[in-house]
Amino acid sequence: MDMSGGSRLDPYLEHYAARTHGMTTSEIRALFAVANRPEIIGMGGGSPCVSALPLDVIGEMTARVITEQGAQALQYMGGQGDPRLRELICGVMALEGISASADDVIVTVGSQQALDVVSRIFLDPGDVVIAEAPSYVGALGTFTQYQADVVHVTMDDAGLVPGALRAAIAEVARSGRRAKFVYTVPNYHNPAGITLVEERRDEIIAICAEAGLLILEDNPYGLLGFDGPPLRALRARASDGIIYLGSFSKTFAAGVRVGWVLAPPGVKEKLIMASEATTLCPVALSQYVVAEFLEHHPWQEQVKVFRELYRARRDACLEALKSSFPAGSSWTHPTGGFYVWVTLPEGIDAKAMLPRAIQGRVAYVPGVGFYSDGQGGRNLRLAYSLPEPDRIREGVRRLAGVLSEELDIVATFRGGS
Amino acid sequence: MSDLGHVLVLAGGLSYERDVSLSSGRRVTDALAELGVEVELVDIDAQLLPRLLQDPPSAVFLAVHGIEGEDGGLRDALDLSGVPYVGATGAAARLAFDKPIAKAILGRAGVSTPASVALQHAAFRDLGGPALLERVVERLGLPLVVKPARGGSALGVTVVRNAGDLPAAMVGCYSYDGVALLERYIDGVELAVSVIDTGSGPVALPAVEIDAVSGTFDYAARYTAGMTEYHVPARLRAEIAAAAGAAAVLAHEALGLRDISRTDLIVARDGAVEYLETNVAPGMTTTSLLPLAAAAADLDLGTLCRDLLHRAAVRGVPLPGAPV
Repeated sequence: MDMSGGSRLDPYLEHYAARTHGMTTSEIRALFAVANRPEIIGMGGGSPCVSALPLDVIGEMTARVITEQGAQALQYMGGQGDPRLRELICGVMALEGISASADDVIVTVGSQQALDVVSRIFLDPGDVVIAEAPSYVGALGTFTQYQADVVHVTMDDAGLVPGALRAAIAEVARSGRRAKFVYTVPNYHNPAGITLVEERRDEIIAICAEAGLLILEDNPYGLLGFDGPPLRALRARASDGIIYLGSFSKTFAAGVRVGWVLAPPGVKEKLIMASEATTLCPVALSQYVVAEFLEHHPWQEQVKVFRELYRARRDACLEALKSSFPAGSSWTHPTGGFYVWVTLPEGIDAKAMLPRAIQGRVAYVPGVGFYSDGQGGRNLRLAYSLPEPDRIREGVRRLAGVLSEELDIVATFRGGS
Repeated sequence: MSDLGHVLVLAGGLSYERDVSLSSGRRVTDALAELGVEVELVDIDAQLLPRLLQDPPSAVFLAVHGIEGEDGGLRDALDLSGVPYVGATGAAARLAFDKPIAKAILGRAGVSTPASVALQHAAFRDLGGPALLERVVERLGLPLVVKPARGGSALGVTVVRNAGDLPAAMVGCYSYDGVALLERYIDGVELAVSVIDTGSGPVALPAVEIDAVSGTFDYAARYTAGMTEYHVPARLRAEIAAAAGAAAVLAHEALGLRDISRTDLIVARDGAVEYLETNVAPGMTTTSLLPLAAAAADLDLGTLCRDLLHRAAVRGVPLPGAPV
């Protein structure tokens, strides 16, 4: 091999689309590769506790689907998804007050594909997406792939701040840029663990309607609240101007990769075409299994099991934080979902600290990944969904030790050079 | 089929370079399998030693990067288990893996290496961080390269051009290792020179010249195809190329290494060859430097790995702690 003339080891370099320019590997990816090892207490990824499912029942269900409905379940199907599952999804959404027709539901390969197709039909390079600060990293990644700019809007303990949203919309307009939609995770926010309070929901809808902005309501955790019945979704309050994303990843199983979009009619047609161009059709076998689960299993009882399990883990996490984290730290108090958002003492960079944490056999996600503008250096996300409560306590205790060492190092260099 | 018998490629583990290591391991495994070698890729965990004792392989190829594979511990464990392996002994690996120690050894052997200091966090804490950093900047100047004394793949490495950025670089570095090496930055051509010894003594392969598009050969530049331009052989005058090869062979010998190593050098604008570090478990991924050098020398990677495994199998296992 003659490389005297130089080689970048990729003969296709000149052929890639401009949108691939940010696609590089990173130190963080390297560290996460270790974080998945069982020796590490993993509080990074938001993985559901699928071991709490009746796996034997699901096994039998899946076998039955294949033996009794295999001709359909192992075949292509329409791009909009299985009609029976779409009907059942309407029943799921009804629990959050949404009245919808199965005709307006499109099944997707997880709600991540829903984010992709929505972005594909709405976003041109340079368009603006308005999103909470912080915001779901998977959504930010999708918006970036479509070369959109993300403008973050402050949240407080009650969720997205209406005044800040108004100001952001006005600022985008003043700058001559075009905002396309507001992306929000109103319930048990990922990563912030915050829920948009009832009192603000109508106001947020009104602000967006006034500005002619769509709302992209991403709601994978809505049924996983610990205190009382589910909150009414934004989409339950207005049928126009809201695209709703749902998922079975957290209420059933992430591995089946079944999510959905509920969209206004015109949008729906384009979404189906965009989705067909990506996958032809959502995964038929998974859809049949989910439909069987919804139709023939007391799935709401299963969701209760999940709720209680996650509540106990949330409690373990918050108690451990309270008893072991140093002064200057603070954290959110989620009332559902998977995540606690931690703010570290002044001077600590959560990304720089991650190698020390891995060495200490505990993993988290640094906050900076949940922003598109470099904020979040002092933040980290802890996911309490997967480890057992004792492991969570131990993980937080380890992390407190790591933090103590890091504070010592940072203090040494305080004052600059 | 090969007469080598059953061999293992060890990779992964809990090192920060786990991902890279698994890629290296897969590539070596595939290359050996193509030659008909009975080979298996094994991730490092607590099951390894029982497995080695129960079903001892003819030899092991170490594709474990970072502390777990290069600080000598795993190599000592293999010696204790009576399993032959390719590469440096534990004792020699320990010397090479610790950059300040390796620099000192090479300095004594007459190889030029950038001026540097190696400081534990305790030194800064006891003497005052800002004051000691000021001394460092005053004596070594800027830019400075801050790097963990023990580690690879440029993890935790920062090129500091402004003194104000030093504290953050130090904190980032100490997150990877307890000792920081602060080294004068040399503006020049980065080189990687691989050395192999299949039985006739250590030989330098053609130098690989590294030209990172961003200007910094960091983790992303190393493992994202397209972010770095490589020239093999390096575009150097013959005498400089020879000096670089000689420095790499000298490093291999002075550090007491065996079989395989890769030495990173920099050729300053005045042509001086400066020693940076030596790796005892060089990367074997598709963007790694040793495979590029081997290809430039018309060496098949699988054949090279098989020959080194043969050599290890024949050599057998010394007593742990035997002189290097």
